[in-house]
Amino acid sequence: MFDWKWDFTFEILPRLGWATLNTLIAAGGGYAIAIVLGLALALAQRSPYRALTLVVREAVEFIRSTPLVLQIFFVFYVGPQFGIRLSPWTSGMIAIGLHYSAYLSEVYRGGIESVPKGQWEACRSLSMSTSDTYFRIIIPQALPPALAGMGNYLVGIFKDTPMLSVIGVAELMHAANAIGSEHYRFLEPYTLVGIIFLAISLPSAGLIRTFEAWVRKRLGMS
Amino acid sequence: MEDYSNYPLQLDATDRPMVRFQNVTKRYGALTVLDNLNLDVAEGEMISIIGPSGSGKTTVLRMLMLERIQGGVIYVDGTPLTHEAKGGKLVEASERYLRKAREPIGMCFQHFNLFPHFTALQNCMEGPVQVLGLSKKEARERSEELLEMVGMIDKKDQHPSRLSGGQQQRVAIARALAMRPKVMLLDEVTSALDPEVIGEVTEVIKKLVKEHNLTIMMVTHQMGFAADISDRVCFFYGGRIEEQGPPKELFGNPQKERTQQFLSAVKSAD
Ligand SMILES: Nc1ncnc2c1ncn2[C@@H]1O[C@H](COP(=O)(O)OP(=O)(O)O)[C@@H](O)[C@H]1O
Ligand SMILES: [Mg+2]
Repeated sequence: MFDWKWDFTFEILPRLGWATLNTLIAAGGGYAIAIVLGLALALAQRSPYRALTLVVREAVEFIRSTPLVLQIFFVFYVGPQFGIRLSPWTSGMIAIGLHYSAYLSEVYRGGIESVPKGQWEACRSLSMSTSDTYFRIIIPQALPPALAGMGNYLVGIFKDTPMLSVIGVAELMHAANAIGSEHYRFLEPYTLVGIIFLAISLPSAGLIRTFEAWVRKRLGMS
Repeated sequence: MEDYSNYPLQLDATDRPMVRFQNVTKRYGALTVLDNLNLDVAEGEMISIIGPSGSGKTTVLRMLMLERIQGGVIYVDGTPLTHEAKGGKLVEASERYLRKAREPIGMCFQHFNLFPHFTALQNCMEGPVQVLGLSKKEARERSEELLEMVGMIDKKDQHPSRLSGGQQQRVAIARALAMRPKVMLLDEVTSALDPEVIGEVTEVIKKLVKEHNLTIMMVTHQMGFAADISDRVCFFYGGRIEEQGPPKELFGNPQKERTQQFLSAVKSAD
């Protein structure tokens, strides 16, 4: 039916394997940025400084309502006009990290808001500092309810990495394109890319749930 | 703007209650909850605050611990709590100042508010280690002593979710005491408990009154308990102290009509 060539498939597999590694690094790097920056954005939106709160809220809204691919182009092509010259890898991870930090900040906000008011009052009654209150009491309790959302965005960031191919990051999609145009064959590389994405995405939902249960247990909250 | 020049920067040694509310007003938006409240609580005194729901009892305690006021000044141990002296005048306290000034105050809540991700012992050690800067060893010794006192030493490694309401409240009392407060605020600490475990918490409070030189302000609906252990009972009505006095007098021979009505309503509900 299809003109599927097994020998070609095996020939390109190692190259796609390396590209998978790059994809995972790009997703992981972007996610690491998003996790930290997202928390900073969430906390900034809760700060008592109204100007800061307002600016951050608008920025988050802006990032969420513009396409990721535009943001990637922006960082990579417009950055140099302001003297910020970054490699495709760095620009890509920054853009994707920034994009997802906006979404993660909302997840964190939801988690933080789910912590009962009495916990804040207990912290106050012990004269705890704001940072101890957040990092020792509130965030550990905000984490379990946020984990499902955080996991979804991890899968999301992974599936969005092909967009980095537009600025030449050698991830899976970029490799598949290159293989295709070198050999004038697209069926095998694209199919393999699809299978690889599926093989990584599918089990992650289950893994995230298991991880969530483990965290709850660790925190004595189950 | 209120003129604070009439308020002393520091209370005189001869006239120094542990807690003083001076002309304190608290509003939520347009709603005035506390109306020009004046109340002194002496060192070592145990006062009970009673009154109908919504009369401002909880608010009185919250002013000392959790919220800002819109008028007047609160002093604790002679020093302003809600205000700080700047250039010889009282100005509204900064967050930093407030946090420090509130250190000698401890509070227990109706719903315990224990940290669910910490064990009973960790709950008690948190404040001493993070806020007072005690070593882990010192904090543990202090906490274990207090858990022993409230009869919870056997459960020290349990998380709150494994404890009954009465047990959680006893841990919460130990947690507050671990900060070595001078003033203890108790807001309906038995109201969320099953009737059969109320006794274990009231026993602990009795012990506190007897064995520690604490100043205690307790909001309660348990009139018998209040009569038993208070030096003074304040009856709140509409954000004001309608009547106050030693429990014998207030319960035995209330002067104001509203007090009489409230007490007979409570009695018939029991
Ligand atoms: N955060 C708040 N915002 C608005 N109104 C409040 C708030 N907290 C308390 N109140 C109001 O203040 C009044 C006194 O409340 P409270 O001190 O809790 O009464 P009590 O403890 O005597 O039942 C009530 O009318 C209540 O609705
Ligand atoms: Mg109340």
